[in-house]
Amino acid sequence: MPFIPHSEHDISRMLSTIGVDTIDDLFDEIPDNLRCGELEQIPTGMNEMEVSRLLRDKAAQDGLPLCFLGAGAYEHHIPAAVWEITTRGEFYSAYTPYQAEASQGTLQLLYEYQSMMASLMGMDVSNASLYDGASALAEAVLMAVRANRKSKSRKILMPLSINPVYRSVTQAIVQNQNIELVDVPFDAATGQTDLTALEQYAGEDIAAIVIPQPNFFGVLENVDALTTWAIENKTLSIAVVNPMAMALLKPPGEWADSGVDIVCGEGQPLGVPLASGGPYFGFMCCKQQHVRQMPGRIIGRTTDLDGKEGFTLTLQAREQHIRRSKATSNICTNQGLLVTAATIYMSLLGPEGLKKVALNSHKNTQLLINRLTAINSVELAFASATFHECVITVEADAKQLIETLAEKSHILAGFDVSVSYPELGNALLVCATETRTEKDIEQFANVLNSYLNS
Amino acid sequence: MLIFEQSHRGRGANAQFPADNDDISSLPAGALRSSKPNLPEVSEMQVVRHFTRLSQKNFSIDTHFYPLGSCTMKYNPRACNTLASLPEFTGRHPLGPSLHGQGFLSCMYELQGMLKDVTGMQAVSLSPAAGAQGEFAGVAMIKAYHDDRNDTARSEILVPDAAHGTNPASAVMCGYKVKEIPTGKNGDVDIEALKEAVGPQTAGIMLTNPSTLGVFDRKIKEIAGIVHDAGGLLYYDGANLNAILGKVRPGDMGFDVIHMNLHKTFSTPHGGGGPGAGPVGVSKRLKPYLPVPIVGKKEGQYVLLDENDYPQSIGRMSAFAGNAGVLLRAYIYARMLGREGMPRVAEFATLNANYLLKRLMDVGYTAAYPERRATHEFILTLKKQAKELNVTAMDVAKRLLDYDFHAPTTYFPLLIPECLLIEPTETEAKETLDDFVETMAVILKEAEADSSLLKGAPYTLPVKRLDDVKAVKQLDVVWKRAEG
Repeated sequence: MPFIPHSEHDISRMLSTIGVDTIDDLFDEIPDNLRCGELEQIPTGMNEMEVSRLLRDKAAQDGLPLCFLGAGAYEHHIPAAVWEITTRGEFYSAYTPYQAEASQGTLQLLYEYQSMMASLMGMDVSNASLYDGASALAEAVLMAVRANRKSKSRKILMPLSINPVYRSVTQAIVQNQNIELVDVPFDAATGQTDLTALEQYAGEDIAAIVIPQPNFFGVLENVDALTTWAIENKTLSIAVVNPMAMALLKPPGEWADSGVDIVCGEGQPLGVPLASGGPYFGFMCCKQQHVRQMPGRIIGRTTDLDGKEGFTLTLQAREQHIRRSKATSNICTNQGLLVTAATIYMSLLGPEGLKKVALNSHKNTQLLINRLTAINSVELAFASATFHECVITVEADAKQLIETLAEKSHILAGFDVSVSYPELGNALLVCATETRTEKDIEQFANVLNSYLNS
Repeated sequence: MLIFEQSHRGRGANAQFPADNDDISSLPAGALRSSKPNLPEVSEMQVVRHFTRLSQKNFSIDTHFYPLGSCTMKYNPRACNTLASLPEFTGRHPLGPSLHGQGFLSCMYELQGMLKDVTGMQAVSLSPAAGAQGEFAGVAMIKAYHDDRNDTARSEILVPDAAHGTNPASAVMCGYKVKEIPTGKNGDVDIEALKEAVGPQTAGIMLTNPSTLGVFDRKIKEIAGIVHDAGGLLYYDGANLNAILGKVRPGDMGFDVIHMNLHKTFSTPHGGGGPGAGPVGVSKRLKPYLPVPIVGKKEGQYVLLDENDYPQSIGRMSAFAGNAGVLLRAYIYARMLGREGMPRVAEFATLNANYLLKRLMDVGYTAAYPERRATHEFILTLKKQAKELNVTAMDVAKRLLDYDFHAPTTYFPLLIPECLLIEPTETEAKETLDDFVETMAVILKEAEADSSLLKGAPYTLPVKRLDDVKAVKQLDVVWKRAEG
């Protein structure tokens, strides 16, 4: 029996200890009319060799196209050591470190993760992860509404330049708590959040403003001005950032000098594979004064009975298993294994390596912009500095273009932005990380050129 | 020693660094970072050694018996990880065209079908990232259903007092008030109290069956009738699905919506606290509200169905399609078990639990519900030992660690005093259970001889009991470089 170690002899001895004749007798409290028959839709079992062949065949169907697609998930090089260690059974098959003495490995790692993430963001504290970047933003919005005790409005200013799916996830999660997400438009020329459009909210009761960096278009926002607006209008600020970009760009804790209140985002760029969209991990950092409003697990350093240093889950009075209906969030299981990978990744790359990954991604995207905009009829949508993504416009149906390049040339040509932003026309969000070579970029440019101009 | 304390300026894992490149002229100076983040500067070998050593300070399923009740800590087959890590699967971009995803999407489509069949529900969405997110999605669907019918006076969700803390927390996130229902003496829901609690304000009830008390609620059909008659819907918390997999289906019990914890029942790794996966299944009337995306089939191709296909959907729970890699591991596990393997999971999980309970009672422990059949887990209460020997459930749990057993779940459910919730799972052999019983017997003798021995446990782990109060009062959650 797969994964069941019992011999016939074991079974009969166990049944006789219990004092029943058959295993089925152990289900005698369940009414007969509730018992189900055979599960017809489920195929019969396979051994490991058979299932390996099945999965290899399925994987081969998917292939490995050349990727210029980002839009919230980014292909970076992952050092071999990251997942070699992460999938050690002691990390892979442990659970939430409730028994601290038997979980010091995971607990110390999470403390180190919190320290790295807080420093990368320039913030005071970090939690030990949330599900993903989009749901982390939803949690950040709920947190801001709790933390901003002076505000009664439950209104959140949400730039339209944020990843549109982050907005819809946030809407789905906060919609039953009377929270209003108010759109803030972007400047059509720069792709940056329109500061003049904020003026109408000056003096109004707003719980928080969301500030992306870079924004969905890859464009760098004027984060200092937006944070200053928040401070002047006594509203909380929530930064949504790409953690890789923070190796290069001013971290949210330093925006407008005093920094934002809450930072969240998608941790996937830090050592997590694309893997069809998950599992990734959401991160969240905040100012010290808000720590008791933060959702999710938090690890603290303390001492044991002998005064020796050790690590434990702390501030648990915020959490659902203690506080139940009054908890800061319902989150229980989070994304521990992905945080394990990210901590190992950040340790390997260090401050220098991480900055180099960010710089090379930026440089490759600059090269990509140069090559693509040299093509007749391809234009940059926004005249702004970008990190490692940008929007280009083309004189062809974007959806058709993407499908054709994928099918004929095995190139993922970018994300069709016109679905969420019809005002941009036929527009593609394209990305080149440090993993793309000059040759890759050349190949993409040639294929795109012949698609558009032949 | 922390990784930061091994750091030396200028050291690094240079094989991982991309080419030198200092040209930042294309970025505005004001946007750049001036401070260096506090990441360690260490060699690749230092990193490998540090984290390998940290891993060795953990208990895990691969190294220890881990009878953590309600968590289903069973063997995670290695093939599931190896195959889900094939480069085409890990390298697939979530927004790539479905043309480059037919293999992956076909696995997800089949998984939806298998989960439908094994739960008796009409439709499944795989997108929630964990049990609590599945709960949120489920309750949000209940709310959307009532709202669509303009039945907006329904403001309450009923939750038994034995429920997981996530249940009331999820209901509140959906804008509901929570009303607790007491448990009867025998561990089943108190039917009279339920009858009194339901009314036109009832949106639904959240139930776990078998409950967290380790017993199957025999009156489940009656409960379903009472709640449905009042116009409410039934939510099934799938935390304990391992107990009844392939034997009883929540759909047949009358539930309208369920979530499954694939990191429990379908043996995907717990990962030191995630990732999980919490797919939701629904009856026909809730199908329009399922969270998107859902894998469908159009013109012979597998595709992700979205808001356009499900205009009444409660929306998206995460940026992409949930914890895809976890779902893939669950799919592989389900294919290896097959239709004949699924009921065996429930059978041997139940056999192990009942055997362990009987033997622990024989050596002097007290069951919380001795007259009831155990399901896949059971509760011991150490009320007597606490009173007579001054030994708590926590003391016994900590002493177990010294004997190389992970502790059971302690102090949950909250209504049983001094409790240990024990779930052995089907993947443990008889001799492991026997060793555990013998150790529990030794601990009881130790307690009788000198309770202070247990109070000081554990003695053999990297640390002794930690000062949790200090951890809160002198909050230290981020390492900082010493000044100067």
